[in-house]
Amino acid sequence: MYSQGLIGADGRTDETPEFLEAFQQRIDAEDKIEPNDAMPEGYRRTLVRQIGQHAHSEIVGMLPEGNWITRAPSLRRKAALLAKVQDEGGHGLYLYSAAETLGVSREQMTEELHSGKAKYSSIFNYPTLSWADIGTIGWLVDGAAIMNQIPLCRCSFGPYARAMIRVCKEESFHQRQGYEIIMTLAQGTDAQKEMAQDSLNRWWWPALMMFGPHDGDSEHSDQSMKWKIKRFTNDELRQKFIDATVPQAEYLGLKIPDPELKWNEEKGGYDHGEIDWNEFWSVVKGNGRMNRDRIKARRAAWDNGAWVREAATAHAEKRRARKMAAE
Amino acid sequence: MVNTTPLWEVFIRPRNGLAHKHVGSLHAADEVMALQAARDVYTRRGEGNSVWVVPSAAVTASDPDQAGENFEPTGEKIYRHPTFYEIPEEVGNM
Repeated sequence: MYSQGLIGADGRTDETPEFLEAFQQRIDAEDKIEPNDAMPEGYRRTLVRQIGQHAHSEIVGMLPEGNWITRAPSLRRKAALLAKVQDEGGHGLYLYSAAETLGVSREQMTEELHSGKAKYSSIFNYPTLSWADIGTIGWLVDGAAIMNQIPLCRCSFGPYARAMIRVCKEESFHQRQGYEIIMTLAQGTDAQKEMAQDSLNRWWWPALMMFGPHDGDSEHSDQSMKWKIKRFTNDELRQKFIDATVPQAEYLGLKIPDPELKWNEEKGGYDHGEIDWNEFWSVVKGNGRMNRDRIKARRAAWDNGAWVREAATAHAEKRRARKMAAE
Repeated sequence: MVNTTPLWEVFIRPRNGLAHKHVGSLHAADEVMALQAARDVYTRRGEGNSVWVVPSAAVTASDPDQAGENFEPTGEKIYRHPTFYEIPEEVGNM
């Protein structure tokens, strides 16, 4: 509702100690910040980066699953997968709109994705090798996304929180359809069960990495918590995710690929082995198996769609001119 | 970038008898495509039976810096509320 007026605006505010203090008081009082409100430049920048990354993740996230639409094993599975991928496109759009209210344009964000300046969730740089991967992605990747996103529904920035409420409502279907796929395989033939286990083996650790570096190594964490952009730390959310998914794997008769995973009665949660952070940073820096492919596919989609955008704009212009001539 | 398409605000009526409510925004070249995109993006799960799209540029909004002078005085005008007036119980409400 507000974005057009803000695109290109420098959004600069005189950040006196009084202003920053008053802003923090609004946050502490759980007041929502709306697009035209004065806000510290750092708050705006953090949100543009985070919402942009989130939007890009939804858009790039369509690729690993789109890969399986034509090969879904039944019409029911195909319809569900199509609907899920369509939802993800929609989520990307809600989020781009929310980011635009902060004064950045869709085109600018798209350019930053294509140039590699903007990041997206590193999970989508892993390949989907089998049909079971579609189940695991729904179960674990969308499950992790739900853990991350539910607190974002209470984010201090109004448009982001509102977009997340819509996203979370839809995300639950994604997680459930994924679990159902894996459940079907886990209860199937030995080969199907093996396919499910193989998939869990490949996705478990990357799913844990989705929550980001340990709290001590996360550069934006403290300030984001203070501004109530984030409500829980990376490690807190990761722990909640592990505690929720280990029993789900047990139900399936699948084994979590972590020999150090153990219930810790004292903390009321699972202890787990160390994450391979070298792998994480390597994928973030562009060396995952699918990084180049993903960006190539996004660029191709943008370039090959250029004539459609141009034709639509030209058609709109022609209609406008014709209407004016008739008046 | 040459192809910046206009921004539209989307309003949806959940069912007859209710008002259209703002649900978000989207980019589209013209009103026909804006309506189609709004239907695809915002009504995938029975959210409504009617959609309005309005060019964002056509919205005139109040200035948040003036929110105080615009909206705070009403807080003091408690005589605008029925509870301001003391009426004996036996008289009752209308």
